[in-house]
Amino acid sequence: MLTAFFAMVRKDLLVYFTDRRAVLITILVPFAMASFMGAVTGGSGGRSKISVLVVDQDGSPLSQKIGQDLGADENLELQRSSEAEATELVKRGKASVAVVIPSGFAKRAPKAFFAGGEKPELTLLYDPSDAAELAMARGILIQHVMQSVSQEAFSGQGGLAAVQEMLGDLDQNTAMNGDTKDTLRRLLTTVMDLNTTTTTTTDKPAAGGLTLPYTTREVAVFAGESRNYNGYSHSFAGMTVQFLLFLSIELGGTMLLERQRGLWRRLRAAPLSRGAVLASRTVSGAFLALFISTLLFAGGRLLFGVAINGSFLGFVLIAVAFALTSATFGLFLATMAKTQQAMRGGATFAVLVMTMLGGAWLPAFLFPPWMQTATLFAPTRWAMDGFDAMTWRGLGLEQALAPTAVLLGFAALFGVLAVLRFRWTE
Amino acid sequence: MLEAKSLYKRFGELVAVDGVSLTVGKGESLGLLGPNGAGKTTTISMLTGLIAPDRGQVLLDGQEVRSDTDARKQKLGLVPQELALYEELSAQENLRFFGALYGLNGATLSRAIDAALELVKLADRRKDPVKDFSGGMKRRINLAAALLHNPQLIILDEPTVGVDPQSRNAIFENIEALKANGCAILYTTHYMEEAERLCDRIVIVDQGKVIADDTLRGLYARLPTQNRLRIELLAPADAALQARLRALSSVRSVTLLSSALLSVELEAVEALSTVVVGLNDHGATITHLETERPTLEAVFLALTGKRLRDP
Repeated sequence: MLTAFFAMVRKDLLVYFTDRRAVLITILVPFAMASFMGAVTGGSGGRSKISVLVVDQDGSPLSQKIGQDLGADENLELQRSSEAEATELVKRGKASVAVVIPSGFAKRAPKAFFAGGEKPELTLLYDPSDAAELAMARGILIQHVMQSVSQEAFSGQGGLAAVQEMLGDLDQNTAMNGDTKDTLRRLLTTVMDLNTTTTTTTDKPAAGGLTLPYTTREVAVFAGESRNYNGYSHSFAGMTVQFLLFLSIELGGTMLLERQRGLWRRLRAAPLSRGAVLASRTVSGAFLALFISTLLFAGGRLLFGVAINGSFLGFVLIAVAFALTSATFGLFLATMAKTQQAMRGGATFAVLVMTMLGGAWLPAFLFPPWMQTATLFAPTRWAMDGFDAMTWRGLGLEQALAPTAVLLGFAALFGVLAVLRFRWTE
Repeated sequence: MLEAKSLYKRFGELVAVDGVSLTVGKGESLGLLGPNGAGKTTTISMLTGLIAPDRGQVLLDGQEVRSDTDARKQKLGLVPQELALYEELSAQENLRFFGALYGLNGATLSRAIDAALELVKLADRRKDPVKDFSGGMKRRINLAAALLHNPQLIILDEPTVGVDPQSRNAIFENIEALKANGCAILYTTHYMEEAERLCDRIVIVDQGKVIADDTLRGLYARLPTQNRLRIELLAPADAALQARLRALSSVRSVTLLSSALLSVELEAVEALSTVVVGLNDHGATITHLETERPTLEAVFLALTGKRLRDP
């Protein structure tokens, strides 16, 4: 019996590896897709910068200072531009956001800072497909504009002139009651004294102005030592999961084709148990799945630094468990139709849905809460969570146990269903 | 060595096999003859354990095959109607796989592969992928794959479908060599000439039922006596000659097949001399004379009232 069992496993592997072109495609296509998706979702470390255009229509020291500060921000990649050019570039998706600083900004902004009045309007042109980047750019802009305008108000020549003008206007103001006028006059006089002091004691405006009352330090949190997030880790796990399920379709299709070609008549005529026939398929399928997983992760490691930062044993357990799941899923698919052609359409759809729900394309944390719960019924979700945990999250063996157990459960379920449903005759 | 008792199989409303019984003795070659759809392949499937009969029994050396792994299955070799081969693999790899299914390995398997390839005369193509073979060569490898474990009974399900005459002849020679080595053969076909050439005994099935089970001679004996002469003359047979023959009391009919070729049906074979004398008296010279031979086609026609193959 063992001779026959190993012969069946060997034959499956021989048939697979005979078509070298197909083998190459099986490896190269997921590798290429994982590389692309990894690059799109963050690459191998660091954060991507937001592309921002600055249109300075004011040309004042204040507007130039704002431009310099924005350019020095590590989150932004700044370019100067005209309004027409900026509009065109944002429209074509070449830049995410453009900031238009209008003429007269330096004159009106410090005044508006204290007494309201006519506020200058900063226009933000943005690409609607990059709304998230607009929010981020807006936050960064507020920080730098507040700092520069307040600095100008408290220590710059423009600020001094604005305060003096506001004091003059205050005397003319008949709408404001006397107490309020007195209070505001004292404030403006104090600001003018401060401004005068700083501009006469230093060559340049004092650093500071109003700043955020806190600073932030952003630390990516991993288990163990801190390291950079590698977007390729998730994408290689995702494409491994997706293409192992495509391998399942191939395995199921091959079984149906063999039955159509009469090969099962020979197998059944030999003194072999049905269990041995299906088990040999499971072993050969799982071996091929492991072979593909190993090559993909090894390639990811060599070219993109995809690393198993968590438990290596945990990673192996998850890889083996998912290889078995995909192998028995292939057997199960072979029970779903009479012919290979009939099976392929439905199976491809099912695989794509499972891949999507498993978080292989987009991480599951982006899903709405109900979907995050619902997708726990998909084996792909457990495989993805497990691979993520063992690679970039760097978690320990104990975090691999639940995904491994669930995946083995799915493997057993598909295997039992295949045994119960498989049609042994044409 | 193989005995089927009252096999019955229904697929939905269709009764595919209806009470088929047959036996194949050691070293015997049995033909299972019938038109397409007669139930031959379903019968073979039950005999080899591929499907279970709804009723009836299959005995191998007097005992039922009880499970998928029953060691008695080693005594059977199946040649399916389909080209049941892995086209991507070489002939040798195919045989290595099918031999291993019966537990062969190592030197035993290598020797069995060599012998099978020698028998089907494809030893020099052993390393070529099967997909590069002609249809006839594939059929021969299909046969070889059933021989590796040295079965005592080989069951061939229409093994010459779609094969050119030369390859068909090669397959016949292979089967005759197996017969000569004492191997029992169960051969299904709807080609009468194949059954006539290869089989000691023939079971004729139609619409799932056995309608005859006999030796070739026994089947021919079931036909009404055929006393028909085919006579070829040196010169064309004129109307006067035909009238003279028809006038003989022992002649039932005279048919002109071509200008100098006649078919003459006699009352009895003893009337042969009367016809020859009559032709001599008329001055006609006989260049060739033969009695017409009965065929399985005629047997099938006589038993069922229909032809074995569509014209």
